[in-house]
Amino acid sequence: MFWFYLISGLFLGWSLGANDAANVFGTAVATKMVKFKVAALVASVFVIIGATISGAGAAHTLGKLGSVNALGGSFTVALAAAITVAWMTKLGLPVSTTQAIVGAIVGWDFFAGTLVDTNALRKIVTTWVLNPILAGLFSYLLFKLVKVYLKGAKIHLLRIDLYTRLGLILIGAFGAYSLGANNIANVMGVFVASNPFTDINFMGVFRLTATQVLFFIGGLAIATGIYTYSYRVMKTVGSDIFKLSPVAALIVVLAESLVLFIFASQSLERLLIRLGLPTIPLVPVSSSQAVVGGVVGIAFARGGGKAINFRVLSRIFWGWIITPVTAAVISFFTLFFMQNVFQQQVYEPIPHKISHKVVAKLQELGLKDTSILKFEGKIYYNAWKFRSALEHDTKLSGKDVDKVISYSEVDSLLIDSTIAQKSLDPNWFTPAQIAAVKALHGSIFEYRWELVDTLSKMSPEWRYKPKTRENRLYNKDLKAKYERLFFVFKLSRIRQLEKEGVEPSNVGK
Amino acid sequence: MFTVFKKTKELEAKIDNFLDTILEAALEFKQGLKYYLADDFEEFEKRAKHVDQLEGQADKLRREIENMLYAEMLIPEARGDVLALLENSDDVLNIVADTIVEFSIERPEFLDEIKDQFMNLVDVSMQGVEEMVAAVRAYFKDIVSVRDHITKVMFFEKESDKIGEKIKRYLFGREDLRLSHRMHLRTFISYIQAIADKAEDIGDRVSIYTIKRLV
Repeated sequence: MFWFYLISGLFLGWSLGANDAANVFGTAVATKMVKFKVAALVASVFVIIGATISGAGAAHTLGKLGSVNALGGSFTVALAAAITVAWMTKLGLPVSTTQAIVGAIVGWDFFAGTLVDTNALRKIVTTWVLNPILAGLFSYLLFKLVKVYLKGAKIHLLRIDLYTRLGLILIGAFGAYSLGANNIANVMGVFVASNPFTDINFMGVFRLTATQVLFFIGGLAIATGIYTYSYRVMKTVGSDIFKLSPVAALIVVLAESLVLFIFASQSLERLLIRLGLPTIPLVPVSSSQAVVGGVVGIAFARGGGKAINFRVLSRIFWGWIITPVTAAVISFFTLFFMQNVFQQQVYEPIPHKISHKVVAKLQELGLKDTSILKFEGKIYYNAWKFRSALEHDTKLSGKDVDKVISYSEVDSLLIDSTIAQKSLDPNWFTPAQIAAVKALHGSIFEYRWELVDTLSKMSPEWRYKPKTRENRLYNKDLKAKYERLFFVFKLSRIRQLEKEGVEPSNVGK
Repeated sequence: MFTVFKKTKELEAKIDNFLDTILEAALEFKQGLKYYLADDFEEFEKRAKHVDQLEGQADKLRREIENMLYAEMLIPEARGDVLALLENSDDVLNIVADTIVEFSIERPEFLDEIKDQFMNLVDVSMQGVEEMVAAVRAYFKDIVSVRDHITKVMFFEKESDKIGEKIKRYLFGREDLRLSHRMHLRTFISYIQAIADKAEDIGDRVSIYTIKRLV
């Protein structure tokens, strides 16, 4: 079954390669500065390297699909996203694969009756607006600067050509590397848990972990997408919206990577905090949106945007809106078929139970309203129904309703010291953190917050720090660690893996 | 990686060589005509032969440059412009070489009273060619100064028109000369003017191509 499910991951990888390679090499290929063959080779090699080396970092092996709690569901969600992106690629439209995935997950949320992450939807819309504007502004200013510089710099035309070409290949290689590193988790992350591969040692020179082998295969799928089907979107980005000059082609990708670096880089944020400088607010970024903005920025810098092909531009914009919506719709209906026709489990119901513990915890958190007591002992398997019941029968504010729903979510966790030993990366978790987890060997927690409360009582290193600017990264990292714990020690997952004969402790290395 | 840099350098050098060749041919042309007007035909023929050799060299260089630009897919956006510039510059050289061959074949008889003015015409036209070569060179390396060179090219073209017209008017006012003699000299004056005209043509192209490069 794993191999069958893997197909949809590979398909998603293929679509990703076919669509997103244009963000990296679109302008270079369309201006004929880099031959397609060269671009495809460089992009493929670096995507694979990025996916294999950097993608397997402990903090982000899960990917977006991690919230989909059954493998059959992940398969379907990935399939829906892949179909959507492949369709957009056929139309030659640059779209964000991440947004397709988020859309498909929303479809799953509807199907499974779990609550939709409204934050994710807000992020998508922000990305549509903010990314093109930021990248457009950057490329506009960069273009003006470069123009002034080149005018006085007395560089030979052939030399400018050479530098531009090298710059395009260099930035393209970096872009491909981060494309692989940032997206591989979305493509392959869900399969890490049931990974049948084992570590491979290449004559003691270097070694690939089982996860890396899986990610390498995902990288190959992306590379195949780049080679077989990426030319069309490249042409849209690099020459259909606006005919770029070679130098402009370089400026667009430069502006794009600057936007990604400045507005999405945690290392930059860390550096600024360390230097005591104000940080730049991080915004959700997408290179597909940024590259289009970059091209439009150039068009405005060169003659006020008169030569923009607005027909192409509006098609692209519609593509952005259609992508998550279509993915959600396809996902919803495919899930229906998977469940009812092919009899596959596509989700695991998430019960919400208001036990005495939960009520006590909520009161401790300052929830005064006693009408919640009416719900004590009740179990809801559909978060939507639970929410409407709460809204109907209590006078809780929207924020408090969210709180009740989140604290009553049942997610049984079983702590096992062997699994802890093998699955918690000692390079990421501190010794004290690991020791605290191991000390809980055999304990079962019904709610996630119970584990959080217990661990933070046991060790200061499991405690969130006060919400200040300096502590933001620490808290973010700690939250990711908790997420890791919830994943690793999820009772149903451990049971399922035992049933399949996979050693749970080998998972996610 | 090093071969890419090497090739670029090589190509830059070739373009420079090509332009040097045109410049040298123009100077040699002027020098040759000086000897011609001084009736030193032996020295004139040497110069004429050298101009012919330079023309052959320039042709070869131009073909090599064009082949390299296409084979290596360099400067995709400016390739057409560069090719047009090189070919048109080569045309100037062809006219120069053809003209000096005509001198050698037809040996027109110049009157002493127009020799100074004719030499002046040659001088002005060749300055036009020199500035045109400078403009083309600047197109590659120093686009800000293209304009200065083009202004000069245009000035020299107008000047050659004026001088040429003046000589022609003088010639056709001389009723004592045979019409055939007058017409013969007129042809050669027009040849020299044509060189300045062609140089101006190229100047116009360079100015347009430069606008394209600026934005």
